Amino acid sequence: MSEAILQVANLTIALKGLALVEDISFEIAAGETLGLVGESGCGKSVTALAIQRLLPSPPLSIAAGRILFAGRDLARLDAHALRRVRGGEIGMIFQEPMTSLNPVFTIGDQIGEVLAIHRGYDRRQCDARAAELLDLVGIPAAASQLERYPHQLSGGQRQRAMIAMALACEPKLLIADEPTTALDVTVQAQILELIDRLRRDLGLACLLITHDLGVVGEVCARVAVMYAGRIVEQGPVELLFGQPRHRYTRALLDTIPAANIPGRPLPAIPGNVPPPGARPVGCAFAERCNAADARCRAQLPPTTRIDGRDVACWNPVP
Amino acid sequence: MTALLEVRNLVKTYTDKRGRRVSAVDGVNLDLAQGEVLGIVGESGCGKTTLGRTILRLMAPDAGAIRFEGTDIAQLPERRLKPFRREMQMIFQDPFGSLNPRHKVGTIVGEPLAIHGYSDIAKRVADLLETVGLGAAASSRFPHEFSGGQRQRIAIARALALGPKLIVADEPVSALDVSIQSQIINLIADLRRRLQLSMLFISHDLSVVRHVSDRIAVMYLGRVVESGATEAIFAKPRHPYTQALISAIPRPPSGARTASSRIVLKGEIPDPADPPPGCRFHRRCPIATEICACAVPELKMQADRLVACHHALSEAASAQTR
Repeated sequence: MSEAILQVANLTIALKGLALVEDISFEIAAGETLGLVGESGCGKSVTALAIQRLLPSPPLSIAAGRILFAGRDLARLDAHALRRVRGGEIGMIFQEPMTSLNPVFTIGDQIGEVLAIHRGYDRRQCDARAAELLDLVGIPAAASQLERYPHQLSGGQRQRAMIAMALACEPKLLIADEPTTALDVTVQAQILELIDRLRRDLGLACLLITHDLGVVGEVCARVAVMYAGRIVEQGPVELLFGQPRHRYTRALLDTIPAANIPGRPLPAIPGNVPPPGARPVGCAFAERCNAADARCRAQLPPTTRIDGRDVACWNPVP
Repeated sequence: MTALLEVRNLVKTYTDKRGRRVSAVDGVNLDLAQGEVLGIVGESGCGKTTLGRTILRLMAPDAGAIRFEGTDIAQLPERRLKPFRREMQMIFQDPFGSLNPRHKVGTIVGEPLAIHGYSDIAKRVADLLETVGLGAAASSRFPHEFSGGQRQRIAIARALALGPKLIVADEPVSALDVSIQSQIINLIADLRRRLQLSMLFISHDLSVVRHVSDRIAVMYLGRVVESGATEAIFAKPRHPYTQALISAIPRPPSGARTASSRIVLKGEIPDPADPPPGCRFHRRCPIATEICACAVPELKMQADRLVACHHALSEAASAQTR
């Protein structure tokens, strides 16, 4: 693997002293997509915000760990230097393009703004580059679309415009937080293809955050599975999905309707995810796990390397 | 099997913000047998939600018939609908928005019973909560004390309170996490067997629909484009839109993944206020020809199912898009 663009080491994110994300580590290389998957409340979205230092602070803060990006530790960068990184070297796209675009400015203005701030382009240069970007993300008749407002675009086109904005300054890293969750399935397929093409063509490192294991399977090379604030299993997608070793990964894959014989009862995971503050001392998954024993409930399982991936489980799937 | 519900040429139009007429449901025909689950599938804007709500007469249709056990309820006035209301219930997508946060669970589940004049409400509520796997103790708690999956169980208990014959479930598991989704899908499948429920199961998620439905109807821009037995359609979708939908389901790789068998459609669903002429799908269709742009394909029996496509019969065409 080529050198890591982003290296997150032992990151802990806290809400007024209460840990939401605990001691997570991962790396992403140029031209690689890492999927960060988990159910709601597992901490995947706050992780994305923390990488860009966009946590609403207070009450949220980075309590420990390093976020190494292109040789600097973003966790310790000052506000001035951070502004150059956000929207410049790191681009971000969100789930709902309607709420992340400003409704009173045209698409051209919003893409242009990024370029004016980061690159000091004038109006003409901004328009030219914005048209180029819209073309890159597959919006037809790009130049004529610059004057349109977000509400005049369809959901898929708004997400394309968001991606164009994120790519404006040729970032090295793209963070996509549930980029296709609000879209229809046929449009989702288009946007996933687009993200994958950009990764290939531009050599982007990409962090894709999603609850949908199917989406991970379509575009990611590696995946990190989060549960209750921790990464429980991490490694190449074929390994994790083909032969999961963590009990939670196994259970998640088993519950997917598409992976089961229609009409038969689906394997279900009993109970609910423990909320932050009610997480047990041992393994957070123990109370829902069918292989849990006394040790699982008493001690946190260490992350160990088994069979080509990292797993934090006392009794991994054989 | 006798039909519990027969929908004929149902039309529901509304006026959008710009004052244009939009046909959300445009001449839909459906049959639902006693004890059957029919999945209604389609993307946003296809009219599936409007169809479900119109069938329950939460909205009045513009034209067409809705025959429930032989009685056409399409144009019945509200006061004559009341006896039918207890036979037909709805489960909504959002378990957070569909339960009154100020009421205790017992009140919420018992409300339909109170309206219809039952006396032994507490006992019935306790039974209902047991049925959906919550336990009678839930009755004295408030909705915010429950997780999303548990709230959906409460909503299901309320829908079952009057012993309805027909349930319309509109995206009942779409707002839930994966690990909770399967619990609710199992509950619905189990209740349906135990209580002999008939159900319209509306969802954009084909893999979920496949699990609970005996038959499915695929909608595109207000019309049914293909309908038939679930497994027959999944095994061999005949309408090019159904083919694209099924191929677009993201799948986790299980061992060897067939490289790029996905059909990526051009463009997005057209503006429903200004639908394309002819086949409404033709501008996005990989096998469209001239006839598709001018003639509306009829929904016809082709082999084992109904399909509305000029080219669905040609085996060559379906091989080409595969």
